[in-house]
Amino acid sequence: MLKTRIIPCLDVAEGRTVKGVNFVDLIDAGDPVEQARAYDAAGADELCFLDIRATHENRGTMYDLATRTAEQCFMPLTIGGGVRTVEDVRNLLLAGADKVSFNSAAVADPDCIARAADKFGSQCIVCAIDAKTVAPGKWEIFTHGGRKSTGIDAVEFAKTITAKGAGEILLTSMDRDGTRAGFNLPLTRAISDAVSVPVIASGGVGTLDHLVEGVTQGGASAVLAASIFHFGDYTIREAKEHMAAAGIPMRLT
Amino acid sequence: MTKTNLTGVIDYGVGNVRSVCSAVEAVGGRPILSSDPIELLGCERLILPGVGAFAHGMTELTSRGLDTALKSAVSDGMPLLGICLGMQMLAQSSLEFGESEGLGLAQGVVSLIPSSDPAHTLRLPHVAWKTLERRSDAAAWLFDGVDPDARFYFIHSYAVPATSPDVVAVAEIDGNEFAAVFAVDNVVGTQFHPEKSGPEGLKMLKNFVMKGDMIHV
Repeated sequence: MLKTRIIPCLDVAEGRTVKGVNFVDLIDAGDPVEQARAYDAAGADELCFLDIRATHENRGTMYDLATRTAEQCFMPLTIGGGVRTVEDVRNLLLAGADKVSFNSAAVADPDCIARAADKFGSQCIVCAIDAKTVAPGKWEIFTHGGRKSTGIDAVEFAKTITAKGAGEILLTSMDRDGTRAGFNLPLTRAISDAVSVPVIASGGVGTLDHLVEGVTQGGASAVLAASIFHFGDYTIREAKEHMAAAGIPMRLT
Repeated sequence: MTKTNLTGVIDYGVGNVRSVCSAVEAVGGRPILSSDPIELLGCERLILPGVGAFAHGMTELTSRGLDTALKSAVSDGMPLLGICLGMQMLAQSSLEFGESEGLGLAQGVVSLIPSSDPAHTLRLPHVAWKTLERRSDAAAWLFDGVDPDARFYFIHSYAVPATSPDVVAVAEIDGNEFAAVFAVDNVVGTQFHPEKSGPEGLKMLKNFVMKGDMIHV
Protein backbone atom coordinates (compact mmCIF):
# COMPACT_ATOMS: atom_id res chain seq x y z
CA MET A 1 0.00 0.00 0.00
CA LEU A 2 1.36 3.42 -0.96
CA LYS A 3 1.95 5.98 1.74
CA THR A 4 -0.28 9.01 1.39
CA ARG A 5 1.70 12.20 1.05
CA ILE A 6 1.07 15.43 2.94
CA ILE A 7 2.07 18.52 1.02
CA PRO A 8 2.08 21.94 2.67
CA CYS A 9 1.61 24.68 0.11
CA LEU A 10 2.95 28.22 0.32
CA ASP A 11 1.29 31.01 -1.65
CA VAL A 12 4.04 33.35 -2.63
CA ALA A 13 3.96 36.89 -4.06
CA GLU A 14 7.12 38.86 -4.84
CA GLY A 15 9.16 36.31 -2.94
CA ARG A 16 7.14 36.55 0.28
CA THR A 17 4.54 34.21 1.75
CA VAL A 18 1.09 35.70 1.47
CA LYS A 19 -0.88 33.72 4.03
CA GLY A 20 0.38 34.11 7.57
CA VAL A 21 2.56 31.43 8.99
CA ASN A 22 2.30 30.94 12.68
CA PHE A 23 5.38 28.95 13.52
CA VAL A 24 7.51 29.57 16.50
CA ASP A 25 11.25 29.91 16.04
CA LEU A 26 11.07 31.52 12.63
CA ILE A 27 13.50 34.37 12.22
CA ASP A 28 11.49 35.77 9.32
CA ALA A 29 7.92 34.45 9.25
CA GLY A 30 7.30 35.85 5.78
CA ASP A 31 10.30 34.15 4.21
CA PRO A 32 9.18 31.03 2.29
CA VAL A 33 12.64 29.48 2.70
CA GLU A 34 12.39 29.67 6.48
CA GLN A 35 8.96 28.06 6.31
CA ALA A 36 10.16 25.42 3.89
CA ARG A 37 12.94 24.50 6.32
CA ALA A 38 10.44 24.21 9.16
CA TYR A 39 8.18 21.94 7.09
CA ASP A 40 11.18 19.87 6.02
CA ALA A 41 12.18 19.37 9.64
CA ALA A 42 8.55 18.60 10.56
CA GLY A 43 8.41 15.64 8.17
CA ALA A 44 6.35 16.99 5.27
CA ASP A 45 6.53 14.60 2.31
CA GLU A 46 6.83 17.30 -0.33
CA LEU A 47 6.57 21.05 -0.60
CA CYS A 48 4.72 23.26 -3.02
CA PHE A 49 5.27 26.94 -3.83
CA LEU A 50 2.59 28.72 -5.84
CA ASP A 51 3.50 32.10 -7.26
CA ILE A 52 0.08 33.71 -7.05
CA ARG A 53 1.10 36.93 -8.76
CA ALA A 54 3.44 35.51 -11.36
CA THR A 55 4.36 38.02 -14.02
CA HIS A 56 7.17 38.06 -16.50
CA GLU A 57 8.91 40.84 -14.56
CA ASN A 58 9.03 39.09 -11.19
CA ARG A 59 10.10 35.65 -12.53
CA GLY A 60 13.57 36.17 -11.10
CA THR A 61 12.22 36.33 -7.54
CA MET A 62 10.80 32.81 -7.86
CA TYR A 63 14.03 31.44 -9.34
CA ASP A 64 15.97 32.94 -6.47
CA LEU A 65 13.51 31.44 -4.00
CA ALA A 66 13.80 27.99 -5.61
CA THR A 67 17.59 28.19 -5.44
CA ARG A 68 17.68 29.23 -1.81
CA THR A 69 15.20 26.48 -0.92
CA ALA A 70 17.14 23.80 -2.81
CA GLU A 71 20.28 24.83 -0.94
CA GLN A 72 18.65 24.06 2.40
CA CYS A 73 15.77 21.62 1.88
CA PHE A 74 16.46 18.15 0.57
CA MET A 75 12.88 17.17 -0.14
CA PRO A 76 10.77 17.29 -3.31
CA LEU A 77 9.75 20.81 -4.33
CA THR A 78 6.99 21.65 -6.81
CA ILE A 79 6.70 25.17 -8.17
CA GLY A 80 3.72 26.59 -10.01
CA GLY A 81 2.30 29.93 -11.09
CA GLY A 82 2.70 31.56 -14.49
CA VAL A 83 4.34 28.49 -16.06
CA ARG A 84 3.72 28.51 -19.85
CA THR A 85 6.57 27.03 -21.83
CA VAL A 86 9.26 24.36 -21.94
CA GLU A 87 11.76 27.14 -21.18
CA ASP A 88 9.84 28.07 -18.02
CA VAL A 89 10.12 24.45 -16.86
CA ARG A 90 13.81 24.26 -17.68
CA ASN A 91 14.49 27.55 -15.87
CA LEU A 92 12.66 26.41 -12.75
CA LEU A 93 14.52 23.08 -12.74
CA LEU A 94 17.79 24.96 -13.19
CA ALA A 95 16.81 27.15 -10.26
CA GLY A 96 16.06 24.25 -7.89
CA ALA A 97 12.53 22.92 -8.53
CA ASP A 98 11.96 19.16 -8.86
CA LYS A 99 8.49 19.35 -10.39
CA VAL A 100 6.70 22.13 -12.18
CA SER A 101 2.97 22.82 -12.18
CA PHE A 102 1.04 24.22 -15.16
CA ASN A 103 -2.32 25.88 -14.70
CA SER A 104 -4.02 28.40 -17.00
CA ALA A 105 -1.54 27.81 -19.84
CA ALA A 106 -2.77 24.20 -19.99
CA VAL A 107 -6.37 25.40 -20.21
CA ALA A 108 -5.51 27.70 -23.11
CA ASP A 109 -3.41 25.05 -24.85
CA PRO A 110 -3.32 21.48 -23.46
CA ASP A 111 -0.46 20.71 -25.87
CA CYS A 112 1.92 22.72 -23.70
CA ILE A 113 1.67 19.78 -21.26
CA ALA A 114 2.66 17.36 -24.04
CA ARG A 115 5.66 19.46 -25.05
CA ALA A 116 6.89 19.66 -21.46
CA ALA A 117 6.22 15.98 -20.65
CA ASP A 118 8.00 14.80 -23.82
CA LYS A 119 11.12 16.67 -22.77
CA PHE A 120 11.14 16.37 -18.98
CA GLY A 121 9.03 13.24 -18.46
CA SER A 122 5.51 13.00 -17.01
CA GLN A 123 6.83 12.63 -13.47
CA CYS A 124 8.11 16.19 -13.64
CA ILE A 125 4.90 17.78 -14.93
CA VAL A 126 1.99 18.53 -12.60
CA CYS A 127 -1.21 20.09 -13.93
CA ALA A 128 -3.26 22.22 -11.55
CA ILE A 129 -7.01 22.18 -12.09
CA ASP A 130 -9.20 24.84 -10.46
CA ALA A 131 -12.79 23.64 -10.62
CA LYS A 132 -16.11 25.04 -9.49
CA THR A 133 -19.46 23.29 -9.09
CA VAL A 134 -21.89 24.43 -11.80
CA ALA A 135 -24.60 21.80 -11.23
CA PRO A 136 -24.85 18.73 -8.98
CA GLY A 137 -22.16 16.30 -10.17
CA LYS A 138 -20.89 18.80 -12.72
CA TRP A 139 -17.73 20.87 -12.37
CA GLU A 140 -16.21 23.44 -14.65
CA ILE A 141 -12.69 24.80 -15.03
CA PHE A 142 -12.36 28.40 -13.89
CA THR A 143 -9.39 30.68 -14.41
CA HIS A 144 -8.34 34.08 -13.09
CA GLY A 145 -8.66 33.08 -9.46
CA GLY A 146 -12.09 31.55 -9.97
CA ARG A 147 -13.69 34.59 -11.66
CA LYS A 148 -13.61 33.46 -15.27
CA SER A 149 -15.67 30.51 -16.47
CA THR A 150 -14.21 28.54 -19.35
CA GLY A 151 -17.11 26.21 -20.13
CA ILE A 152 -14.65 23.28 -19.94
CA ASP A 153 -15.81 20.22 -17.99
CA ALA A 154 -13.30 19.45 -15.23
CA VAL A 155 -13.49 15.65 -15.57
CA GLU A 156 -13.04 15.77 -19.35
CA PHE A 157 -10.18 18.22 -18.95
CA ALA A 158 -8.46 15.92 -16.43
CA LYS A 159 -8.62 13.09 -18.98
CA THR A 160 -7.28 15.36 -21.72
CA ILE A 161 -4.26 16.63 -19.85
CA THR A 162 -3.29 13.20 -18.49
CA ALA A 163 -3.47 11.85 -22.05
CA LYS A 164 -1.10 14.71 -22.96
CA GLY A 165 1.32 13.48 -20.30
CA ALA A 166 0.60 15.28 -17.03
CA GLY A 167 2.02 13.04 -14.29
CA GLU A 168 -0.03 14.38 -11.39
CA ILE A 169 -3.14 16.49 -10.94
CA LEU A 170 -3.30 19.18 -8.30
CA LEU A 171 -7.05 19.52 -7.90
CA THR A 172 -8.43 22.61 -6.17
CA SER A 173 -12.09 23.10 -5.44
CA MET A 174 -12.80 26.80 -5.93
CA ASP A 175 -16.04 26.34 -3.95
CA ARG A 176 -14.13 25.16 -0.94
CA ASP A 177 -10.80 26.98 -1.13
CA GLY A 178 -10.35 29.08 2.01
CA THR A 179 -13.64 27.92 3.59
CA ARG A 180 -12.19 25.27 5.91
CA ALA A 181 -15.34 23.25 5.18
CA GLY A 182 -13.42 20.25 3.83
CA PHE A 183 -12.47 19.03 0.36
CA ASN A 184 -15.12 18.83 -2.34
CA LEU A 185 -15.27 15.03 -2.09
CA PRO A 186 -17.55 14.22 -5.06
CA LEU A 187 -15.29 16.32 -7.31
CA THR A 188 -12.14 14.67 -5.94
CA ARG A 189 -13.67 11.21 -6.39
CA ALA A 190 -14.87 11.97 -9.93
CA ILE A 191 -11.42 13.16 -11.01
CA SER A 192 -9.46 10.38 -9.30
CA ASP A 193 -11.78 7.79 -10.86
CA ALA A 194 -11.36 9.38 -14.29
CA VAL A 195 -7.54 9.34 -14.42
CA SER A 196 -4.77 6.86 -13.64
CA VAL A 197 -2.22 9.38 -12.33
CA PRO A 198 -1.97 10.47 -8.68
CA VAL A 199 -4.45 13.19 -7.67
CA ILE A 200 -3.49 15.74 -5.02
CA ALA A 201 -6.59 17.04 -3.24
CA SER A 202 -6.63 20.73 -2.36
CA GLY A 203 -8.96 23.44 -1.16
CA GLY A 204 -11.01 23.64 2.01
CA VAL A 205 -9.10 21.72 4.68
CA GLY A 206 -10.13 22.85 8.15
CA THR A 207 -9.74 19.72 10.28
CA LEU A 208 -7.61 16.61 10.30
CA ASP A 209 -10.68 14.52 9.46
CA HIS A 210 -10.92 16.46 6.22
CA LEU A 211 -7.48 15.12 5.25
CA VAL A 212 -8.67 11.58 5.99
CA GLU A 213 -11.84 12.01 3.90
CA GLY A 214 -9.83 13.29 0.93
CA VAL A 215 -8.14 9.91 0.78
CA THR A 216 -10.84 7.49 1.94
CA GLN A 217 -13.76 9.14 0.13
CA GLY A 218 -12.08 11.31 -2.48
CA GLY A 219 -9.53 8.70 -3.59
CA ALA A 220 -6.66 11.21 -3.45
CA SER A 221 -3.03 9.99 -3.41
CA ALA A 222 -1.85 13.10 -1.60
CA VAL A 223 -3.39 15.94 0.36
CA LEU A 224 -2.34 19.55 0.11
CA ALA A 225 -3.13 22.15 2.74
CA ALA A 226 -2.06 25.65 3.55
CA SER A 227 -3.92 27.40 6.35
CA ILE A 228 -4.22 24.62 8.91
CA PHE A 229 -0.45 24.23 8.92
CA HIS A 230 0.58 27.86 8.40
CA PHE A 231 -1.55 29.16 11.25
CA GLY A 232 -0.27 26.47 13.56
CA ASP A 233 -3.67 24.78 14.08
CA TYR A 234 -2.01 21.42 13.52
CA THR A 235 1.50 20.17 12.93
CA ILE A 236 2.49 17.86 10.10
CA ARG A 237 3.15 15.21 12.73
CA GLU A 238 -0.35 15.54 14.19
CA ALA A 239 -1.86 15.30 10.74
CA LYS A 240 0.16 12.18 9.91
CA GLU A 241 -0.65 10.49 13.21
CA HIS A 242 -4.33 11.29 12.83
CA MET A 243 -4.40 9.88 9.30
CA ALA A 244 -2.43 6.79 10.35
CA ALA A 245 -4.86 6.21 13.23
CA ALA A 246 -7.67 6.33 10.65
CA GLY A 247 -5.96 3.45 8.83
CA ILE A 248 -4.20 5.41 6.09
CA PRO A 249 -0.57 4.34 5.52
CA MET A 250 1.66 7.32 6.29
CA ARG A 251 5.39 7.92 6.44
CA LEU A 252 6.02 8.48 10.14
CA THR A 253 9.66 9.38 10.61
CA MET B 1 47.14 14.57 -11.87
CA THR B 2 46.13 17.01 -9.14
CA LYS B 3 43.18 16.11 -6.99
CA THR B 4 40.29 18.40 -7.83
CA ASN B 5 37.70 16.65 -5.68
CA LEU B 6 35.16 17.83 -8.24
CA THR B 7 31.87 16.00 -8.67
CA GLY B 8 30.68 16.47 -12.23
CA VAL B 9 26.90 16.73 -12.50
CA ILE B 10 26.05 15.90 -16.08
CA ASP B 11 23.79 18.48 -17.71
CA TYR B 12 21.98 17.05 -20.73
CA GLY B 13 19.20 19.61 -20.90
CA VAL B 14 16.72 17.88 -18.58
CA GLY B 15 16.73 16.94 -14.93
CA ASN B 16 16.54 18.62 -11.54
CA VAL B 17 20.19 19.56 -11.83
CA ARG B 18 20.21 22.38 -9.30
CA SER B 19 18.79 20.14 -6.57
CA VAL B 20 21.53 17.59 -7.23
CA CYS B 21 24.28 20.25 -7.14
CA SER B 22 22.91 21.70 -3.90
CA ALA B 23 22.86 18.28 -2.27
CA VAL B 24 26.44 17.50 -3.38
CA GLU B 25 27.54 20.79 -1.90
CA ALA B 26 25.64 20.09 1.33
CA VAL B 27 27.59 16.85 1.88
CA GLY B 28 30.94 18.54 1.33
CA GLY B 29 31.48 17.89 -2.36
CA ARG B 30 32.43 20.41 -5.03
CA PRO B 31 29.74 20.14 -7.72
CA ILE B 32 30.29 21.34 -11.25
CA LEU B 33 27.36 21.36 -13.65
CA SER B 34 28.54 20.69 -17.16
CA SER B 35 27.66 19.21 -20.52
CA ASP B 36 31.25 19.38 -21.77
CA PRO B 37 32.80 15.88 -21.98
CA ILE B 38 36.33 17.23 -21.45
CA GLU B 39 35.38 19.19 -18.36
CA LEU B 40 33.47 16.19 -16.99
CA LEU B 41 36.36 13.79 -17.61
CA GLY B 42 38.52 16.07 -15.43
CA CYS B 43 36.24 15.43 -12.45
CA GLU B 44 36.87 12.73 -9.85
CA ARG B 45 33.38 11.33 -9.99
CA LEU B 46 30.26 11.86 -12.03
CA ILE B 47 26.54 11.99 -11.36
CA LEU B 48 24.00 11.38 -14.12
CA PRO B 49 20.83 12.99 -12.72
CA GLY B 50 17.27 11.87 -13.30
CA VAL B 51 13.95 13.35 -14.39
CA GLY B 52 12.93 12.95 -17.99
CA ALA B 53 11.92 10.51 -20.67
CA PHE B 54 14.38 7.71 -21.60
CA ALA B 55 14.63 8.14 -25.38
CA HIS B 56 14.81 11.92 -25.15
CA GLY B 57 17.49 11.66 -22.45
CA MET B 58 19.61 9.26 -24.54
CA THR B 59 19.28 11.53 -27.59
CA GLU B 60 20.42 14.52 -25.54
CA LEU B 61 23.39 12.56 -24.14
CA THR B 62 24.42 11.30 -27.57
CA SER B 63 24.11 14.69 -29.28
CA ARG B 64 26.63 16.09 -26.80
CA GLY B 65 29.02 13.16 -27.19
CA LEU B 66 28.38 12.28 -23.56
CA ASP B 67 27.48 8.64 -24.20
CA THR B 68 30.95 7.68 -25.46
CA ALA B 69 32.61 9.97 -22.90
CA LEU B 70 30.75 8.26 -20.05
CA LYS B 71 31.55 4.75 -21.27
CA SER B 72 35.24 5.51 -21.64
CA ALA B 73 35.37 7.28 -18.25
CA VAL B 74 33.75 4.29 -16.59
CA SER B 75 36.14 1.84 -18.22
CA ASP B 76 38.99 4.00 -16.85
CA GLY B 77 37.56 3.56 -13.35
CA MET B 78 35.62 6.82 -12.94
CA PRO B 79 32.95 6.42 -10.21
CA LEU B 80 29.51 7.13 -11.69
CA LEU B 81 26.16 7.48 -9.93
CA GLY B 82 22.97 7.44 -11.99
CA ILE B 83 19.82 8.78 -10.34
CA CYS B 84 16.27 7.82 -11.41
CA LEU B 85 16.26 8.21 -15.21
CA GLY B 86 20.05 8.47 -14.90
CA MET B 87 20.09 4.97 -13.40
CA GLN B 88 17.76 3.67 -16.10
CA MET B 89 20.00 5.04 -18.86
CA LEU B 90 22.91 3.01 -17.42
CA ALA B 91 20.97 -0.17 -18.21
CA GLN B 92 20.91 -2.07 -21.51
CA SER B 93 17.69 -0.68 -22.93
CA SER B 94 14.23 0.63 -22.10
CA LEU B 95 10.72 -0.23 -23.23
CA GLU B 96 9.42 3.30 -22.56
CA PHE B 97 7.77 4.54 -25.81
CA GLY B 98 9.06 1.57 -27.84
CA GLU B 99 12.50 0.07 -27.29
CA SER B 100 15.55 2.33 -27.01
CA GLU B 101 19.13 1.43 -26.30
CA GLY B 102 20.81 2.54 -23.06
CA LEU B 103 24.46 2.91 -22.11
CA GLY B 104 24.73 -0.81 -21.28
CA LEU B 105 26.85 -0.30 -18.15
CA ALA B 106 24.54 -2.50 -16.07
CA GLN B 107 22.27 -5.40 -16.94
CA GLY B 108 18.53 -5.11 -17.26
CA VAL B 109 15.81 -3.90 -19.59
CA VAL B 110 13.92 -0.93 -18.14
CA SER B 111 10.23 -1.87 -18.06
CA LEU B 112 6.92 -0.54 -16.81
CA ILE B 113 6.65 -0.95 -13.01
CA PRO B 114 5.32 -4.48 -12.38
CA SER B 115 1.69 -4.99 -11.42
CA SER B 116 -0.11 -8.12 -10.24
CA ASP B 117 -3.22 -6.81 -11.91
CA PRO B 118 -3.38 -8.00 -15.55
CA ALA B 119 -5.24 -4.80 -16.49
CA HIS B 120 -2.38 -2.83 -14.89
CA THR B 121 -4.57 -0.35 -13.08
CA LEU B 122 -1.67 0.86 -10.94
CA ARG B 123 -1.70 4.63 -10.50
CA LEU B 124 1.42 5.90 -12.28
CA PRO B 125 3.81 7.64 -11.92
CA HIS B 126 4.62 5.80 -8.69
CA VAL B 127 5.26 8.65 -6.26
CA ALA B 128 6.17 7.47 -2.76
CA TRP B 129 8.67 7.29 0.08
CA LYS B 130 9.78 3.65 0.26
CA THR B 131 12.10 1.46 2.30
CA LEU B 132 14.82 -0.60 0.61
CA GLU B 133 15.59 -4.27 0.93
CA ARG B 134 19.24 -5.21 0.45
CA ARG B 135 19.83 -8.13 -1.89
CA SER B 136 23.61 -8.35 -1.91
CA ASP B 137 26.67 -6.94 -0.20
CA ALA B 138 27.91 -5.29 -3.39
CA ALA B 139 28.43 -1.54 -3.04
CA ALA B 140 28.04 -1.89 0.73
CA TRP B 141 30.01 1.37 1.12
CA LEU B 142 27.00 3.22 -0.31
CA PHE B 143 24.87 2.13 2.67
CA ASP B 144 27.43 2.95 5.39
CA GLY B 145 25.68 4.66 8.31
CA VAL B 146 22.32 4.70 6.51
CA ASP B 147 19.33 3.66 8.64
CA PRO B 148 18.10 0.29 7.24
CA ASP B 149 14.50 1.42 7.85
CA ALA B 150 14.93 4.78 6.13
CA ARG B 151 12.54 5.76 3.38
CA PHE B 152 13.62 7.22 0.06
CA TYR B 153 11.70 9.33 -2.42
CA PHE B 154 10.67 7.56 -5.64
CA ILE B 155 8.92 9.15 -8.61
CA HIS B 156 8.88 7.03 -11.77
CA SER B 157 6.74 4.83 -14.02
CA TYR B 158 9.49 2.55 -15.31
CA ALA B 159 12.15 0.56 -13.47
CA VAL B 160 14.95 -1.97 -13.89
CA PRO B 161 13.52 -5.42 -13.02
CA ALA B 162 14.47 -6.86 -9.63
CA THR B 163 15.81 -9.91 -11.48
CA SER B 164 18.77 -8.02 -12.97
CA PRO B 165 21.96 -9.71 -11.68
CA ASP B 166 23.42 -6.28 -10.83
CA VAL B 167 20.66 -5.39 -8.35
CA VAL B 168 21.86 -4.74 -4.79
CA ALA B 169 18.60 -3.43 -3.26
CA VAL B 170 14.95 -3.61 -4.21
CA ALA B 171 11.76 -1.76 -3.32
CA GLU B 172 8.24 -3.04 -3.76
CA ILE B 173 4.88 -1.88 -4.96
CA ASP B 174 1.79 -3.99 -4.27
CA GLY B 175 3.99 -6.98 -3.48
CA ASN B 176 6.02 -6.73 -6.70
CA GLU B 177 9.70 -5.85 -6.52
CA PHE B 178 11.81 -3.66 -8.76
CA ALA B 179 15.44 -2.52 -8.65
CA ALA B 180 16.05 0.36 -6.24
CA VAL B 181 19.86 0.23 -6.39
CA PHE B 182 22.19 -1.56 -8.77
CA ALA B 183 25.97 -1.60 -8.90
CA VAL B 184 28.67 -2.85 -11.26
CA ASP B 185 32.22 -2.11 -10.15
CA ASN B 186 32.53 1.70 -10.16
CA VAL B 187 28.98 2.28 -11.45
CA VAL B 188 25.97 2.61 -9.14
CA GLY B 189 22.41 3.59 -9.84
CA THR B 190 19.52 4.56 -7.56
CA GLN B 191 15.93 4.58 -8.80
CA PHE B 192 15.03 6.92 -5.93
CA HIS B 193 16.33 10.46 -5.47
CA PRO B 194 18.98 10.55 -2.71
CA GLU B 195 19.14 14.34 -3.17
CA LYS B 196 15.44 14.57 -2.27
CA SER B 197 15.24 11.96 0.49
CA GLY B 198 16.14 14.04 3.52
CA PRO B 199 19.07 13.29 5.87
CA GLU B 200 19.30 9.57 5.02
CA GLY B 201 19.39 10.35 1.31
CA LEU B 202 22.17 12.85 1.92
CA LYS B 203 24.14 10.19 3.85
CA MET B 204 24.02 7.96 0.80
CA LEU B 205 25.07 10.81 -1.47
CA LYS B 206 27.88 11.63 0.94
CA ASN B 207 29.04 8.03 0.79
CA PHE B 208 29.28 8.36 -2.98
CA VAL B 209 31.03 11.72 -2.86
CA MET B 210 33.47 10.70 -0.10
CA LYS B 211 33.96 6.99 -0.74
CA GLY B 212 33.19 6.78 -4.42
CA ASP B 213 36.87 7.04 -5.31
CA MET B 214 37.78 4.07 -3.11
CA ILE B 215 36.01 1.75 -5.50
CA HIS B 216 38.03 0.22 -8.27
CA VAL B 217 37.39 -1.89 -11.30
